Amino acid sequence: MIIHAKEPVLEVHDLTVSYSRKPVLWGIDFTLPSGCIAGVVGPNGAGKSTLLKTIMGLIPPSSGYVKLFGHPLEEVRHRVSYVPQRESVDWDFPVSVLDVVLMGRYGKMGLLRNPDRQDKAMAMDCLDKMGMSAFAKRQISQLSGGQQQRVFLARALAQEADIYFMDEPFAGVDAATEQAIITLLRDMAAANKTIIVVHHDLQSARDYFDWIILLNMRLVAGGPTGEVFTDEMIQQAYGGRLNLLAQVGDMMEKRAFPTREP
Amino acid sequence: MQNLIDFFSFSDPNVRYVVLGTILLSSSAAMVGAFILLQKKALVGDAVAHSVLPGICAAFLFSGSKNIVLMLAGAFVSGWLSLVAIDYITAKSKIKKDAAIGLVLAVFFGVGMVMMTFIQQTGNAAQSGLDHFIFGKAAALVGDDLLIFSILAAVILITVGLFFKAFTLVAFDKNYAQALGYPVRRLDLLLTSLTVLAVVTGITAVGVVLMAAMLITPAAAARYWTNRIRHMVGIAVAFGAFAGLAGAYISYVAPSMPTGPWMVVVSTAIAFFSFFFAPKKGIFPRMYTQYKNQWIIAEENTLKIFYHLGERNSHFNGMRGLNELTSTREMERATLKATLRRLATKELLVTRNNQWGLTDKGYQQAARVVRLHRMWELYLTKYMDIPADHVHDDAETIEHILTPELERELEHQLDYPDKDPHNTKIPK
Amino acid sequence: MIAFWIILTGFLVASACGLLGCFLVLRKMSMVGDAISHAILPGIVIAFLWSGSREPVSMFIGASTTGLVATLLIEFFHHKARLQSDAAIGVVFTFMFAIGIILISIFAGQVDVDQDCVLYGEIAYTPIDLWILDSGIIMGPRPVYIVGTVLILIILFILLGYKQLKLTSFDPAFASAVGISTAVWHYLLMAAVSITTVSSFESVGAILVIAFLIGPPATAYLLTDDLKQMLKITVILGLFVSLTGYGLAYWLNASIAGCMATMTGVCFAVAFARHRWASSRYRARLV
Ligand SMILES: Nc1ncnc2c1ncn2[C@@H]1O[C@H](COP(=O)(O)OP(=O)(O)O)[C@@H](O)[C@H]1O
Ligand SMILES: [Mg+2]
Repeated sequence: MIIHAKEPVLEVHDLTVSYSRKPVLWGIDFTLPSGCIAGVVGPNGAGKSTLLKTIMGLIPPSSGYVKLFGHPLEEVRHRVSYVPQRESVDWDFPVSVLDVVLMGRYGKMGLLRNPDRQDKAMAMDCLDKMGMSAFAKRQISQLSGGQQQRVFLARALAQEADIYFMDEPFAGVDAATEQAIITLLRDMAAANKTIIVVHHDLQSARDYFDWIILLNMRLVAGGPTGEVFTDEMIQQAYGGRLNLLAQVGDMMEKRAFPTREP
Repeated sequence: MQNLIDFFSFSDPNVRYVVLGTILLSSSAAMVGAFILLQKKALVGDAVAHSVLPGICAAFLFSGSKNIVLMLAGAFVSGWLSLVAIDYITAKSKIKKDAAIGLVLAVFFGVGMVMMTFIQQTGNAAQSGLDHFIFGKAAALVGDDLLIFSILAAVILITVGLFFKAFTLVAFDKNYAQALGYPVRRLDLLLTSLTVLAVVTGITAVGVVLMAAMLITPAAAARYWTNRIRHMVGIAVAFGAFAGLAGAYISYVAPSMPTGPWMVVVSTAIAFFSFFFAPKKGIFPRMYTQYKNQWIIAEENTLKIFYHLGERNSHFNGMRGLNELTSTREMERATLKATLRRLATKELLVTRNNQWGLTDKGYQQAARVVRLHRMWELYLTKYMDIPADHVHDDAETIEHILTPELERELEHQLDYPDKDPHNTKIPK
Repeated sequence: MIAFWIILTGFLVASACGLLGCFLVLRKMSMVGDAISHAILPGIVIAFLWSGSREPVSMFIGASTTGLVATLLIEFFHHKARLQSDAAIGVVFTFMFAIGIILISIFAGQVDVDQDCVLYGEIAYTPIDLWILDSGIIMGPRPVYIVGTVLILIILFILLGYKQLKLTSFDPAFASAVGISTAVWHYLLMAAVSITTVSSFESVGAILVIAFLIGPPATAYLLTDDLKQMLKITVILGLFVSLTGYGLAYWLNASIAGCMATMTGVCFAVAFARHRWASSRYRARLV
């Protein structure tokens, strides 16, 4: 079940993504309207992170394309922000909280310029929004899980983008942080920013998101929460893998078959 | 030729000893190496090899002579210490494994270098024997020394053989082994000791730097020939033994050639060969499979053209010219012609006056491909809710890959359909 | 004066290696330095045969070529043959080292190079290898100038690319997402490591190169939480290790390179003990 947006800011068209020729996402096709908070929901291993990474150009798709604001990613990179999964980095890395937030400015800085006072003020501002300004000088390994997530979000804010992709920002954070994050996301959406959040708690998904992308190797449903987030659709997404699809995927890996005919 | 015969008659007792020694050393190292490789600890062997130096020197300084037993004991102790140090550093601080390995390697060897200069200052005549220990010299393996090394190598081979099943399980899945009640920690400890032992015995043949190759190169090569651990260890031992034999032979024919480095070169040659040519996993066989896939795709697509043309007038056996064929589907003429010729030799097509037509066998094949295509389209619309106008591209690939088993399953899940989503007939 | 030149060489090498080593350690790629420093042996032997002497330019070209070949082979087998990366490193560098030794045995009479010199280096002879101008002015030991130049290049590289090196090491996914190429910075770093290794091995040897690449950065990593501090501490440790290492060697009348490597170990052990002590106190306070 798929409901398309009228004036999409994100268009994902027939996207198939493979790891060493084995497709893990099949023919994903959906659109998102501007100013919405969209939840990407699905069981473990459904390909949620893979979808985000492909949209961010980190994994080349086997077929299909992605358009942001009607353009390929390269042309609008400065308007796009990405928050990777928290576990994807080494939190023992010798940088401070402020350093990490400043990284959000690197894309705008170009090759040779270094962060100046203005960038620092901006970064402090973002930390303040996340309630983390008291921790600016602290080393990142001394943060709790919730604090680490806040730092990552502050870094995303520092990018001043128009569309945000966040991979599991609610995973392993305390209740206060979860509340702070969702308040922030709502403020951002009110300012006409678009936010795409990978999430795996069905209960809260209904409250948090106004748009839902239900995923399990394929797109089960995509559209406004009220219309597509039905028990039937959830059942379809969580009711086990499509066995045949997985088998065909394995076969393609084994026989080194191209995902698309050349 | 005479060399070959002389060598393999083993009439020269020296040859006999050296060959026996190198084979035992290299095969026992390869055996332990297989498990090290599977545990992703390939470079640990390198660290241990460098780290035995201070132990050897200490034993030498202590005894003042080249007492082989004492030196082996010293080497064993300092090799062991280096592994403990690596584990301790990684467990108790934010330093990661790679840095711990490199640091321990360099520092232990540095300490060894300092001790070496002491030994050199004492001007001890037996010092040259010490050099063999560090840079390796298989030809120095004679008499009692050889006996000791052979016993050690045999001990390694037998111990690994006895604990084979347990090691396999631990290498494969530590947690599972633990749940089954295996003494995982003690097994780890045993494997560690065997690693150190293999390094200590192997170093005499190849030296400190090349020891890592004795451990992991045969195992890395073996990995490409099988997925079964049991077979992999066997193949690794065979490769190791062959490398040992070849190294001994080369330095027998050309006495100025060092045995150890040649052993490494031979086993690396085997490894490179495996990386490129091993069936299924090698680079070239994989490329060949892809090349063959291209042909399968082209052939099946061509057959489909005949089917589609036949569908228009229900005349599947009609003869078609090139122009007619290219009218339904974009295909390069050269490829098309080559494919037509291949299909004709497979008796799927008949050819007459530059025209081609399906044989009965060809018709069966064409119908099958079209059938798979349409069934997959149906599957996509029905089970994946993909709109009917989006399913064609995907089916274009999948039609070539579905095996008869998958076909049956698909058929079953779709409840033996006869119309695809575009409402065209699915051939039987 | 001899002591001064040796300590200066040690310090320059330690700084160049250590600055790059900081990034290698943080990227979990420390063993690349180990691989490159061993793999250059055949290049050196061939260069020696080519020029008939230890002429620095051809030695440098030979060594960097083989260093490059080693890195490319490792990446090729890792990506194309899907060999696990630690095994790829182990297989390739041992192979090249073995080729080097075989070449030495074949041309035993013609090359004045052996595996000892690659492993141990000859820092003690540094002051003898003088750079003398045509006019007869003695400029001082040549290695000092070579390693000094490399150090300046490395410092420039890190100053200019600091922000990119930091981000691609910490969070490569985010770096690509903001348009910084992780591949480009990976190869730039590899090239810098190769050049440094190749120009240092002759004076200090492979083992000390590894010790300098990993030891001071790992020690500094335990002492600080800030990347800039880590780089500074690494350089200071480099100076300390060269000084005390030379002192130790002078006192014991032993191998200079060995003593310097030993001192990096001592520094690390002290930092490690401090780290353990501090964290156990921290934990005690929490309870
Ligand atoms: N780097 C990779 N190589 C191979 N397979 C991968 C890789 N990353 C993820 N996968 C596989 O792709 C599927 C989707 O993974 P992922 O996108 O991480 O799922 P999710 O984020 O929804 O939990 C999983 O089956 C996973 O095993
Ligand atoms: Mg995920």
